[in-house]
Amino acid sequence: MIKLFKVKEKQKELAESANGKSSIKKQSAGELRLHRDISELNMPKSCSISFPNGKDDLMNFEVTIRPDEGYYLGGTFMFTFQVSPIYPHEAPKVKCKTKVYHPNIDLEGNVCLNILREDWKPVLNINTIIYGLFHLFTEPNSEDPLNHDAAAVLRDNPKLFESNVRRAMTGGYVGQTLFPRCI
Amino acid sequence: MADTEAQPSRSRDLDKLLLRPGNLVGANFDPGEELRDDLAKYAKVLVVGAGGLGCELLKDLALSGFQNLEVIDMDRIEVTNLNRQFLFRFEDVGKPKAEVAAKRVMERVSGVNIKPHYGRIEDKEIDFYSDFSIIALGLDSIEARSYINAVACSFLEYDSDDKAREETIKPMVDGGTEGFKGHARVILPGVTPCFECTIWLFPPQVKFPLCTLAETPRTAAHCIEYAHLIKWDEVHSGKAFDPDDPEHMKWVYNEAVKRAELFGIPGVTYSLTQGVVKNIIPAIASTNAIISAACTLETLKLASGCSKTLSNYLTYNGAEGLHTKVTEFVRDKDCLVCGPGVLIELETSITLQKFIGLLEEHPKLLLSKASVTHQRNNLYMQAPPVLEEMTRSNLSLPLFDLMGKTTKTTLHVTGTTSKNDKKTSALRKLRVVFKGVDGVTDMDTAGGA
Ligand SMILES: [Zn+2]
Repeated sequence: MIKLFKVKEKQKELAESANGKSSIKKQSAGELRLHRDISELNMPKSCSISFPNGKDDLMNFEVTIRPDEGYYLGGTFMFTFQVSPIYPHEAPKVKCKTKVYHPNIDLEGNVCLNILREDWKPVLNINTIIYGLFHLFTEPNSEDPLNHDAAAVLRDNPKLFESNVRRAMTGGYVGQTLFPRCI
Repeated sequence: MADTEAQPSRSRDLDKLLLRPGNLVGANFDPGEELRDDLAKYAKVLVVGAGGLGCELLKDLALSGFQNLEVIDMDRIEVTNLNRQFLFRFEDVGKPKAEVAAKRVMERVSGVNIKPHYGRIEDKEIDFYSDFSIIALGLDSIEARSYINAVACSFLEYDSDDKAREETIKPMVDGGTEGFKGHARVILPGVTPCFECTIWLFPPQVKFPLCTLAETPRTAAHCIEYAHLIKWDEVHSGKAFDPDDPEHMKWVYNEAVKRAELFGIPGVTYSLTQGVVKNIIPAIASTNAIISAACTLETLKLASGCSKTLSNYLTYNGAEGLHTKVTEFVRDKDCLVCGPGVLIELETSITLQKFIGLLEEHPKLLLSKASVTHQRNNLYMQAPPVLEEMTRSNLSLPLFDLMGKTTKTTLHVTGTTSKNDKKTSALRKLRVVFKGVDGVTDMDTAGGA
């Protein structure tokens, strides 16, 4: 290819300041795939999505979940999604921004959901994750605890768990931890 | 090291490849001294990464007759690099890798000019990359490879028969090592598979369940990931963890040690901490040397034509005995990054709404309910409602104006196609050319044809 390189170098020397090509913004393959996921989104009715950086940044968005049954009925829980440029090779990073008393979500907002980590596969999509999160609220489980105390209470005393969830959601203390109101 | 004596002997081996004709040479191979001189004068190679592989690549390329080199790397030298990143000395710790690497090779190999760039690959203008004849990659991350690949493929243009135009091909030579294993590959966008065509070649990173980390750690890696993913947030509310900050890494290491003691788990070390957090397998100097040699040879072959190039993916495994193999992977013809896409000619007056309607009738697309995106600009989104609302006003505007009045450009559409009554979702690349605009023809005729 050296002849080609030579021609190009000579052309450059001749026309050093030729009309400046408009700089192209390259869209990563991950962004394109995400574009498809988002444009086909089909969320549970009580969920909503927003894009804090406007319509052109799909890589960072927020999903609000309002469980329609179970312990968390009536609450509003916000999650942030951070999507990598190599999505779907890698799962999005999801955090819960609403402080919640939940066996599978810790007080820092880390979420224990298998498809976000060990069971993520490129065929899954944003919709799957949102359904997965939704499911965490209708069926919290004590087997994958991130909030150890909440998991123990759910396992040993579901009645107490229910009242703890209520207390947390209406804004109050459970043990030493203060939860802001989210109802 | 007398210069006068070094000069003739230095190119002795190279001359055997470049000055004599052969039977296995590449197309347009024209042996002779002019070729050797042109290689030195006109071939411009960018080395991405100045780590274990990058150091080797710079040295090998400089010793193979390339004299115009540039190197980009965002890291500073750490003590743990010194065993294999042989261009660095103890007193260099803390200095930018690119700068020291360039300086050291120039000191040792006369006549070679290496320009260092200390910074992130994403921070360079696209034009920076268009300047190079060949890009050689010595990287350890999928993200960085994917980025450079997207940039190199963005220069690619196709003619009206969907054939890649040779002068727009930006060749890449990619090397990678993990312990005793490595690969070298040649990527000619539009001809051989690009990085994205074969991203499945990279095994997904192992991710431990968070609840295992929080409740039942069993390995040293579990303790490290606990400190990194859970403990960090608990203590530094809001402050993001930076894997490139040694202070942060030290903190994670110390926390991991505490955790491991608590559960009686052995094996947490600082280098394991770095490895787990950054997902890096310890590098072996000899693997880097072998892979770099293969990459440099391919670079030389690409530039000079002195031999046919590797087609197209070499794997090397030195873990037990030695095994190497070349596999010819094939392109994904629908690849969103390197594929030609569907060529569409349009009038400058067509509105976005009309354009979306046209996609439904286009025989190669038959795409209904399309959402349209153009270089990070979401022109129209069918869903969710919040985005539909934000983009609706674009529907009545001319597409030409929405795309910054570029006469030739690429855009992507998502929608549903129905084949045999089955509806499937599709994401497609389109090459759009606007008819009858001044300036199209005098820029280059081939693309507008
Ligand atoms: Zn491709």
